[in-house]
Order: sequence, then structure tokens, then C-alpha cells
Amino acid sequence: MRTLSAYVHIPFCASRCGYCDFNTYTAAELQRDGTSITTATYPDRVIAEVNWLRKDQASDNRAISTVFFGGGTPTLIDSKELVRILQSLKSTYGFTDDVEVTTEANPDSVTLQDLEILRAGGFTRVSFGHQSSAANVLALLERTHTPGKTWQAVSDARNAGFEHVSVDLIYGSPGETDSDLSETLDQVSAADVDHVSAYSLIVEPGTRLAARVARGEVPNPSDDVAAHRYELIDAKLQSLGMTWYEVSNWSKPGGECRHNIAYWRNQDWLGIGPGAHAHSAGTRSWNLKHPAAWAARVDEGISASAESEVLELSDIRHEEIMLGLRLREGLALSTLEDSGYAQAQLAVSEGLLDPVAFEEGKAILTFQGRLLADGLVARLWA
Amino acid sequence: MSKAINPPAPGATDPKIIRNFCIIAHIDHGKSTLADRMLQITGIVDPRHMRAQYLDRMDIERERGITIKSQAVRLPFVADDNETYVLNLIDTPGHVDFTYEVSRSLAACEGAILLVDAAQGIEAQTLANLYLALENNLTIIPVLNKIDLPAAQPEKYAAEIAHIIGCDPESVLKVSAKTGVGVEELLNEVVKQVPAPVGDPDAPARALIFDSVYDTYRGVVTYVRVIDGRIPERDRIKMMSTGETHETLEVGVISPDPVSSKAIGVGEVGYLITGVKDVRQSRVGDTVTLAAKPAAESLGGYRDPVPMVFSGLYPLDGSDYPELREALDKLKLNDAALVYEPETSVALGFGFRCGFLGLLHLEIVRERLEREFNLDLISTAPNVVYRVVMDDGKEIIVTNPSEFPGGKIAEVHEPMVRSTILTPSEFVGAIMELCQTRRGNLLGMDYLSEDRVEMRYTLPLAEIVFDFFDQLKSKTRGYASLDYEPTGEQSADLVKVDILLHGDPVDAFSAIVHRDKAYNYGVAMAAKLKDLIPRQQFEVPIQAAIGARIIARETIRAIRKDVLAKCYGGDISRKRKLLEKQKEGKKRMKMVGRVEVPQEAFIAALSTDENAAKAKAK
Repeated sequence: MRTLSAYVHIPFCASRCGYCDFNTYTAAELQRDGTSITTATYPDRVIAEVNWLRKDQASDNRAISTVFFGGGTPTLIDSKELVRILQSLKSTYGFTDDVEVTTEANPDSVTLQDLEILRAGGFTRVSFGHQSSAANVLALLERTHTPGKTWQAVSDARNAGFEHVSVDLIYGSPGETDSDLSETLDQVSAADVDHVSAYSLIVEPGTRLAARVARGEVPNPSDDVAAHRYELIDAKLQSLGMTWYEVSNWSKPGGECRHNIAYWRNQDWLGIGPGAHAHSAGTRSWNLKHPAAWAARVDEGISASAESEVLELSDIRHEEIMLGLRLREGLALSTLEDSGYAQAQLAVSEGLLDPVAFEEGKAILTFQGRLLADGLVARLWA
Repeated sequence: MSKAINPPAPGATDPKIIRNFCIIAHIDHGKSTLADRMLQITGIVDPRHMRAQYLDRMDIERERGITIKSQAVRLPFVADDNETYVLNLIDTPGHVDFTYEVSRSLAACEGAILLVDAAQGIEAQTLANLYLALENNLTIIPVLNKIDLPAAQPEKYAAEIAHIIGCDPESVLKVSAKTGVGVEELLNEVVKQVPAPVGDPDAPARALIFDSVYDTYRGVVTYVRVIDGRIPERDRIKMMSTGETHETLEVGVISPDPVSSKAIGVGEVGYLITGVKDVRQSRVGDTVTLAAKPAAESLGGYRDPVPMVFSGLYPLDGSDYPELREALDKLKLNDAALVYEPETSVALGFGFRCGFLGLLHLEIVRERLEREFNLDLISTAPNVVYRVVMDDGKEIIVTNPSEFPGGKIAEVHEPMVRSTILTPSEFVGAIMELCQTRRGNLLGMDYLSEDRVEMRYTLPLAEIVFDFFDQLKSKTRGYASLDYEPTGEQSADLVKVDILLHGDPVDAFSAIVHRDKAYNYGVAMAAKLKDLIPRQQFEVPIQAAIGARIIARETIRAIRKDVLAKCYGGDISRKRKLLEKQKEGKKRMKMVGRVEVPQEAFIAALSTDENAAKAKAK
């Protein structure tokens, strides 16, 4: 039986970063759009959606095993309110004994007191958006925090009793040098974190950064540079006792983000909040994107879903390969059809898949394979 | 003037009242419009049914404003002397690739209207056809068209024409085919100046085939000019080049729709239908006689069409190969000059090596295949035919660079052309430079007028086939025009340059070039491919080689990272669809050894010459 997780989207940010194309809004933007949704009125709507979902899925008696508050900037919501939302999930669905509850947090907008409230309210894990320690990179990304704030926040989280603390990094930004990244990694190694997510900067269409790249103001980050930086990251984190468990995620033993793993293992999850995606037994659905449109549905007491997609068997197989291959635990070769198996065999000879694991019936990426996973996925679909 | 009330009957028309003529003109100098106006003035087309460029039947002709296939239309005309005449307007193809067809059309006429745009002056191809007409002893009636245009310079160009044909500038007629001004006067001049045909009505029949067209319903329709005797319906005719005989199921004239008759008589122009299904059985230039009482001698001048330019045509989608074969088989019925045979290419799969009269012919065939048969095609860089003599005296004819022999070669011969370039005098220097780099040999030059020059060169045809038109047009801001005709062959220091991708030769990119240019070709092609071929998981060397000797090298570095970061907010569908789309793109790639090459890369790498062909067609 698939496990059940919950993703809660918090679509607020103090300011919008130039590289970001996430579904998030500043207070000014929301005001301009003429909606009454604010960080203060939002939690009640979320709880209303949780209650609606519970009623809609009354026959689902699975308890939730992981919860993830993402954004946006969840910590722009009052910590007590975040706890209240979590409580609504617990009282409706119930939690497993070992439930993992993560929130993303901005080092700028979270205090020790907030973290204590969250920890006491049932949160077990916090993930800080550090991105980089280099001032030039933070400026390019239009991040507002100073690097030191992250490490203060990490320490506060530990003091508040969080067992799992993670930082997010972005690498390969235009203007970033190898030594910028090394400095970032040195600071990570000095901090008490048990998990790192590192993503190469993607210039997403429609962002301010994309416009600057198009105007030639900043160079488009090169894949070669990104590959080299990935090497630096992997080597450094390994030296800290962290190993990759997913292509972009490293942790100390036991520090894996189980919510993340649930995605890659193609488990079920609820999607709560504007634009949130959900997966349930072969159906993917996603909510209306704009907070006002979403809230109007919630207020009416009807589904906030914008669209859903019932996956065909071939889609499901494609997803299993696409998701499973990214995990260190690997993909069972039995998932592959004959032509995909032949490709996997070829990939072993090309150094993309681990030969020992292959003999044991698993497709597990080598280091080189991790960097070329997308191309390999398409080949394994065959 | 009035419409002829009782037009003379085909097969019973006194040659004295017949005038057979054609119009020599450059593309878009208004030939079709003038023909339309003639149809209208003589009243054979009801104004309500008039449509622009009535005689151009094929869509491509209408769209491009060029005439590929000539046809003949019979125009009964009451002249100023109140006599009724029969004017046979024989439409000629106006392009360099069809010189032979033009020459046969001219041979069917006694006179020609030389039609020149009053705003542009004479162009090289027109000049070439004019010389052909003069060789055939045709009476030339010089005419300036488009005198209604603000940019028209009738005096200047009348002087130019007068200089070329040696007439009085005052005798150059001035018309506007668009408005109709001067067209009736022109028809009267045709009656006055063009000699009536002279032939022996009682001699054994001889008729010249100047065109043959395949029609889905009727089979081949053959257009003839009767020189001697008459061709009756329901009789056995004989093709003098092959000795084949056929029955005339129908004969008649076009006016402007087919009108059948009992016969077509001496001096007349008309059509005959025998039920054959392939234009090869009724070849342009051949002489038709009657099987029962054959002529002793043919009219002469018959020539088999010789393909000058070859190119590989491949379906973009390999599964379209059978459709391509079928389409070529169908086109062939209507195109005696088109030859093809199956070929396979490592890079492009299954296709056909096709022979054409020239670049325009290639472009027309390709476009008809794409348009009428809905095929997406790649064509390889056009090449000419080489005659390779080996050390042991053996001869090899090479129509595909990949067949170029590797062993001990004594000599390579390439086809040469004699070309005429007409240009404003300011570009003479630029053209000389261009022709020099193309191994041209200046034969001479003449001023047609104060500021217009005719330059004559011999050039290797291969040099013209390789983006010469583009270069000529760009160096002369589009003002220069070009015509050429084959003039034998020359021996030259030619080598084959192969392009190797990851060690595997890509046959589609092999080229036969002069040794002095081999290095440039290799460097340019390698650099081009480096930009066009996406990075692979491994390093891919691109090499240009003459035999085993590498003359240029580029390297496509291995791709190091393709993985996209996270699935934002659990948006798995988006990522899956993105990868699925990428995979769709990969399906359209061709494998060269282990290297994936997108179709677009082949097309782009082969594109220079394609552009050239297009520039030429314009």
C-alpha cells in the first residue's frame, strides 16, 4: 500500500527573487490583484481545504506519514498558525508514529522563538534557503539575507530541539566562481546540518533573470561549469559524511527527507493550497494557481482542483523510471521493457549505471550517470 | 477590332494566313500577362472566364509567375486589313535549364516577340534565347512592356535592344500588357512581319514535337508543328527517332481549350493524343510522320535530354520511401528529363539519386514532390557528373561523390559551361573577382548600352551549382542576371573531401572539389557541423579528409550534464512531459555510427545550395 503525505503550499514572499518562477506572491502583488488573502487570513482557508479534502476522501483511512510546508516562505505565517494548520491535518487524517514534518524557512524571517513554537507544535525538520554564501551570487539571485543569518538560524533550530536541519544551495549561477562555491561549502561544513539540497540554477522563462540573460546583461550559466560544481559539492559533502540519496540531495545517515523520498517512490500525497499538486492512485491533480481563485473555491466549499490527469499505464511506467532512477536505492530492472533493459545494459558499458547493482537487478546511477540522468531516463523508457 | 465570325477550320487552313510565333521574355517581364491580353483581344476567352495567367496550368507556375511547360494556343484574329488570320502563340519556357525545350519551341515558329520590361532592360536568359531565335532565323519583333510603370525608361531600353538586334530604336513597340495599350497594334505587326509558314502539303507528313504533357485522363498530349503534309485523326503515326508507331486517337488545336478536328494541316500547330502513358514515348524534338507513308528524313535537331545536375532526394520520414518512389514514377510520366535510381545513404537512409537538367529543374521537381505528394524531403548538395579516368585507362562516370574512386586516378574531367552575365557596369569588378575564384575564364565583354555590360565566361558547372547565384546576386545587389549552356568538359585537379563524424564518413556531406578549395570546404563544413550537432555523451571528432589524409578537425565536447533540478511542488507531470517531448525530438534524429544527428543539422548543413536554387528560381 502506498503511504500518504501532505504538501502545504504557502504562497507568500516578502519580495520576489529574480530567478524564481514559483507560485508565490508579495503582499503588494496580492493587494494589486484585489484579493483579501493575507498571511493572516490564509491559515483558516488552508484548514478549510484540509477539512474539505478529508470529507471528500472519507474512505481513505491512511494516516499521514510526512508533511511538508513549502513556498513561498512558510515562515511569513505566524508560527502558531503553522502549528494550527498542522494540528488540523493531524486531527482529520491522523499521523503515523514516526511522522516527519518539515517546513522551509527563510533565514531572514525566522527567530529562535518561532523555531521553538514549531518544534513544540510537532515540526521535526527545518530546511533553510541558504543558496550561497557569496555576496555577488546572493545579489544576482536577489536574495535579501546575509550569509551569517543562515548559520545563526541553523544553530537556533538545533537549540530549539530540531533533530534534522537542512540547507538549500543553488550552484552554477552566473558570476559564481569555484572559490565562491568552496566558501559556501566550507560554511556548510562548519554548520550543524544533516542534510543538503543543491540545485543548479535554471533560468526559467518569464523570470527577471531570464530577461537579463536575454538582454545579455548576465551570461547563461553553462552546463559544463554546473557539472564541475556538482563534482565539488559531491566531494565536499562526502567528506562531511553525507552521501547522495537522490540526484540533488545529500544527507547523513538517517537525515534523508522522507517526504522527498515519497515523491521519488511515487507514493500518494495531498496537495493543499494554491497551485499545489497531489497524487493519488494513478491520478495527478493540481489546484487553481492564484490564491484568490483558490480561496473562492474553498470559501464556496467546493474542490479547489484546477485539473487532473488520470495516468495511463505507460505514463505510470515512465514516471516510475523517471523518479526511481534519481534515487540511490535505484530502480528495479524489472520495471523496464526489453528495449529499455538493452539500453540499461548499454548504459552500464558507458559508465552511467553501476555494474554491480546491475547484476543484482537494479539500475543505480554512477557519479557520471547522476549528471546525465535525464537523457538516460528517456532511453530507459525505450 | 472584332472577333472572327467564322474562324478558319483546323486541318483546312491556308498556310498563307497562319502566323506561328512565340514570346521570348525573362521571368516576370510580363509574358503571361501579355498572352492573357491576346486571348482577350482575339475574343477566344470570354471576359467572364478570364483569369490571370490563363495559359499557365500548374499551380507552381502560377505562383512563381514562371512557365515551365509550353503550350500552343490558336488565336483567330481579324487584322487591320480585315482579313482573318490564324495566330499560333507558342508559349516557351523562360529558363536556363530548359534551353533545349526552348530551342524546339523556337523551331516551331517563324517569328518571336522579344518582350523586355521597360523598367529593367534585357536579362541574360532573354538574351540567350534571343540568340537562339536568331540562329533559327526567326523574325524578331522587339517590344517594351510595362510602359505604364513610373520607373519605365523606354528610350534607354529601346536603344539597348536596338543595339543588340541591330534595328532602329523607333521600331521597338511599346505596350502595357497590364492595361492592354499597344497589344492590338502588336498583333497587327505579327501579321505583317512574321512570315507565313512554307511547307509542302503533298509531301510525306513531318511534324515537330515541341512539347508533350501527361494528362491523367487522356494520357500523353503531344504538341506538334506540322512542317509538311498533314496529320489526320485515326491514322498510324511513327516516331522517327525510335521507329515506334501509335494510332492518333484524337488530333486538334487549343483555342484555348482543346478542339478536336479531322486533321492538322501543313503550317499548323496542334495536339495529338495516341493513348501512350509516358512522355518518353513522345519526346520533345522528335519528328512525327505517318507509318503508311513515312518521310525519308527527320526534321533533325532531336536530342535526348541529358541530366547535368544530380542530387539525392530522401524522405525526412524513412517510412515515406514507397510514397517517394510512387511520386517520382508519376512525375516521370510528365518529365522526360527526370532520371532517378534508388540509393542508400548511411546518414539519410533510403532515397533516390536524381538527375536534373539544372538547379531550377531540381527545385521544381522537389517542390512538386512536396506539394503535390505531400512529402517532406531532404536533398543533398547538388553535384555535376564527373568522368574519371584511372591509370589503367578504365573510365568511371561519377554522379554521386561517394562513388568517387579511391585508387590511382589519371585524370578527372568535369563539365564546363559557357555563361553570359548581364550586369550594370559598376559591378564588373566584383563579378570578375567572383568568376576568378570560381575558376572562370573570361571570353569577352561588351557594352550593351552606356551602363550595361554583357560578360562571357567559361566556368566549371560545378562552381555554378555551388552557391554561385547567391554570390552573384549579393555582389550585384540583385542586378546581374546569368545564363549558361554546356560547352564540353575540361580536365581539372579534383579531389573528394569526406566528412567523418566520430570516425564514420557521412556520405551526404562528401563533395568533389578542386584541390585548392578542399581545405576551405573541409574547414567550413566541420565548423558548421560543430555548431549544428548537439553534444553527445562522448567526445565527437569531426574530420575532413582527402583519402586517408585529415585536412581539418573540430571537436564536439562530450555533454557533461543534462539533469534538471527538482520537481517543484511535486509537479511530476510537467517533468514527465518535458522529458517525453525531448524524447520525441530524439526520434527525429538519425544515427551516424553512435552519433545522434538531428534532421535539422543535415538540412542546415546542406542548405547553401538550396538557397542558391531558390535565389535562382526567383
